[in-house]
Amino acid sequence: MSIINLYSLITAIFVGGAAGYVGSLMLTKRMALVGDAFGHVALPGMGLALLFGLNVSLGAFAFLFLGVLAVWFLEPKTQLPAETLVGIIFVLSLAVGFLITPEPELLEALFGDISKVSFWGTAISAVASVLIGLTVWKIYPKITLGSISEDIAAANKINIKKYNFIYLLMVAVVVALGVRIVGSLLAGALVIVPAAAARLVSANLRQYAAFSAGFGVLSCIFGILLAQAINFSAGPIIILVCSFFFLIALVFKK
Amino acid sequence: MPQGNPFSKSIKKGRRDLKVYPYKSAKIRIDQCIKMNNILEVKNLNVSFDKEKIIENLSFSLKTGENLVVLGPNGAGKTALLKTLLGIYPFSGEIKWKENVKIGYVPQKFFLEKTVPLTVEEFFKFRPRRPANEKISGEEIVKAINSVGIKNGSILKKKIGEISSGQLQRVLIAWALVDNPEVLIFDEPTAGIDIEGEETIYKLLAEIEKERNLTIIMVTHDLSVVYKIADSALCLNRRFFCYGAPQDVLNSENFRKLYGEEIKFYKHEHH
Repeated sequence: MSIINLYSLITAIFVGGAAGYVGSLMLTKRMALVGDAFGHVALPGMGLALLFGLNVSLGAFAFLFLGVLAVWFLEPKTQLPAETLVGIIFVLSLAVGFLITPEPELLEALFGDISKVSFWGTAISAVASVLIGLTVWKIYPKITLGSISEDIAAANKINIKKYNFIYLLMVAVVVALGVRIVGSLLAGALVIVPAAAARLVSANLRQYAAFSAGFGVLSCIFGILLAQAINFSAGPIIILVCSFFFLIALVFKK
Repeated sequence: MPQGNPFSKSIKKGRRDLKVYPYKSAKIRIDQCIKMNNILEVKNLNVSFDKEKIIENLSFSLKTGENLVVLGPNGAGKTALLKTLLGIYPFSGEIKWKENVKIGYVPQKFFLEKTVPLTVEEFFKFRPRRPANEKISGEEIVKAINSVGIKNGSILKKKIGEISSGQLQRVLIAWALVDNPEVLIFDEPTAGIDIEGEETIYKLLAEIEKERNLTIIMVTHDLSVVYKIADSALCLNRRFFCYGAPQDVLNSENFRKLYGEEIKFYKHEHH
């Protein structure tokens, strides 16, 4: 295995684990939808970054951050359900992103290209993934209480808005890292599919979080190795492996 | 804050009372200067959403150990009152709780998807408590579920979405009690529970109340409960309220006005 391949594998393991773990906090359907749409929000940022030769993850994060702010500020102000709002932001981003991304790089932006990752890219992804994991671990109880009953959380003096914002921010960072690996179209899947699989086979929340992170890591390892073996782009293969885990979980459903 | 002498406290009280609380930004006060024996004082409380007044000029107070039942038709602002007392909704007027009061809250039942992998035990472990750095221990959890009549500990390993609605009700009560609150705030504790379940919940409540000398504030539709546990009753119908001893409130002309025709439906005989 070449050094570049090793870098891409390490990056994917960390980001896959963090994405799976973050995804396990999306306990409600509404949240899962936000996670799914987030990848698309990254596209215009990636397009601009590619256009001006900047870091793709950074460009993605800038737009994801705007997406977080939009969802966070607009949701309480409109009568529309969050799904509608997220849906609009998502198609708008996709359209704008498609228009501004230079054509040779469009495929990379949509489906990812992990093969170009550098040493520093790997290091930053690893550190960021660990930080995301720690942050999410810290807010896990509060977000969980908030998602099962906002009243209970509020009555126990939990500032739900604040913790939701921190959580959305973590989703944004992990998606920004994920778009390099699986591209903007599939980055949401990296957050959602491992958690969906884990949910089927978990007896409690601790297992759920562990399985979810585990499925994320395994999908990335097998996905990248398989992609290298058959000489294909890793992004879609990772998501295929991920979905395969979901199917297996469906069979062993508790 | 250093403990001042009683004199300086009373001065402080005088000064604080001069403060004007602008609408929608009034703060719940944790007060040393609350009247002796009172755990809660509410004065001229106003709550509104989108310019629609839900509660208007409501005043009442509650002694330590007193049980208050809040009555009223649907949409009368009963839940809004509880949430305002808990500090969830903005208000104008005055809400004063006794200093360092600990409140347990049992919300209206919520429905959780069966697949949410949160166990009853984890639900307890995630409970914030005071002091904040202490975790709820396994022993405390077992004690709490025992005290609400669940003797079989295997429920702790079950997912919250999987337990029956009666069990969820009990779990929510235990969850509120596990941090040993002085006040228990209940919202419609029997909604959706069959009559038999309902009776045992009230029996349970009466027992818990006696055991722990709790102050209970409870919203209910069921008039029979009022006679069973209430020391005082508050009936709400937006701009109109009556407050007093249960027998006075229930027999008053006000009360008939409050419910109108509905009263026939709710007042059923209990043995």
